[in-house]
Amino acid sequence: MLKNLILLFLLFTASVVMANEPQAHAENSTHNTEETKDESYDPVPVIMHHIADAHEWHFWGEGENSASIPLPVILLDGGLKMFSSSKFHHGHDLVKSNDKEYMLYHNKIYTVGESIPIAKDSTVKIIRKGQEEDSTFSYTLANIPTKDFLHDYVVGHKELELGTYVASAKPLDFSITKNVAGIFLAILIIFLIFTSVARSYKKNGGIPKKLTGWMEPLVLFVRDDIAKPNIGEKKYKKFLPFLLTIFFFIWVLNLLGLIPGGANVTGNIAVTLVLAVVTMIVVAINGNKAYWGHIFNPPVPEWLKPMMIPVEIIGIFTKPFALMIRLFANIAAGHIVILSLISLIFVAKTMWVAPASIALVLFISVLELLVALLQAYIFTLLTALFIGMAVEEHH
Amino acid sequence: MNTVLLEINPLVLPSIGLIFWSAVSFIILLVLLRKFAWKPILTAVNEREESITNALNSAEEAKKEMANLTSSNERLLNEAREERDALMKEAREMKAEIVAKAKEEAQGEGEKMIANAKATIEMERKSAIADLKNQVATLSIDIAEKVVKGTLTGDDKQKALVNELVEEVNLN
Repeated sequence: MLKNLILLFLLFTASVVMANEPQAHAENSTHNTEETKDESYDPVPVIMHHIADAHEWHFWGEGENSASIPLPVILLDGGLKMFSSSKFHHGHDLVKSNDKEYMLYHNKIYTVGESIPIAKDSTVKIIRKGQEEDSTFSYTLANIPTKDFLHDYVVGHKELELGTYVASAKPLDFSITKNVAGIFLAILIIFLIFTSVARSYKKNGGIPKKLTGWMEPLVLFVRDDIAKPNIGEKKYKKFLPFLLTIFFFIWVLNLLGLIPGGANVTGNIAVTLVLAVVTMIVVAINGNKAYWGHIFNPPVPEWLKPMMIPVEIIGIFTKPFALMIRLFANIAAGHIVILSLISLIFVAKTMWVAPASIALVLFISVLELLVALLQAYIFTLLTALFIGMAVEEHH
Repeated sequence: MNTVLLEINPLVLPSIGLIFWSAVSFIILLVLLRKFAWKPILTAVNEREESITNALNSAEEAKKEMANLTSSNERLLNEAREERDALMKEAREMKAEIVAKAKEEAQGEGEKMIANAKATIEMERKSAIADLKNQVATLSIDIAEKVVKGTLTGDDKQKALVNELVEEVNLN
């Protein structure tokens, strides 16, 4: 009883702090030309930082003391440029490559441009705090990063009017980021697991043993409960490798993302976009006459067709779009919830929140284990369903 | 326009690099797994399932065959039993017939024998009678002869002689 009361109290205080938080944030943004006096902790940047992609694989610590693995930066900016992300020194240094300078800011790489007028023909010079003279650099109007950047580095040097929204030029960034490295890791794991499973069949004469005994039911699950009922006994075989790959790719990446320090790959819209587009292409390529006929010549009265045909065409895209959003939102939301619960400790500024916070994190983490499988299942199931609709024979 | 772009949360802004690498990675994974994992795994599983199905089918067939064998055995047994019964019946009938025939024959034979015996007896009787007649005649002559002889000697002695002779006749 007492325990429950304490828990309730903790939750209450936490929610009060949370409720106050947006207000504090709003105040911050209105007075962002000055140092913020408000001490309240804003978890949003930290959470966003954690779920976003990065150019280094960060584990713990801040700045120079952080434990992180630098990753290769590959830029397409008037030629291919490659260098290690460690050269940025966690965003403190610029990297000069050929004729251009690059800076890392909030996990994104920007091109540092030449100095041209920013507003009313005035040249803007931005000097970074605590840097030597040679690190002084300037921006063009187009190349100045976000106002946050200006806020971080220019506060105290009132040479630039802040609060202006300015865009920034970014080179085409094909870096091996944390997420890309996470994908490579997942691919390696999946490949090693399933090639060893494949070999074990030959070695044991078709009898599943050890790892194979664990993996085979999953493979059979995808075959018997996803592919066969949705695509049909006759045609499922052609799509089974694709469905199996997509299922294990998503599941393994979901699970890797749950490991503390892991990359949030399936919670990144670029990855889910690719998976959804692949599904869309597979469906479009394999769609039979009946499927396309239903889209371009729907069985409706003639006068309804001008309306139905566009709707059907939009439908081609909304299905994979829903796949993309569903996976991304579910996984990203899970990460945000866990990080928010941990942030409660810092928001409340007391260790006493920690037990409740950690208990909730544990609960959500276990839930996320289920979600990891569930989302992989749903994505694969719907993909199979869309393929099934595209290849279905109409009589 | 730039302003609008910045308004979009970076969370839902896909980055070109990640799109490129995840597409390349996924396709490579698909191709590699299809060749080195899914094909051998699914083939092995299919083969095993087929062999299980075959084994079950052949077991079922063997069971059926066994049932067939049992039923045909049963049938054979029944047939044999029926045949045996028929044979037995036939044998019994034959036996009865033989016995009846034998009886009949025996009876006929007996009757014949009896008839023969009767005829023989009749014949014997007739010859005996004839013989007796002859003997009686002989005796009568003898007696007559002796009587005649006796009469010739004395009356008493003749009578005693006649009695004696009659007694002798009676003894014969």
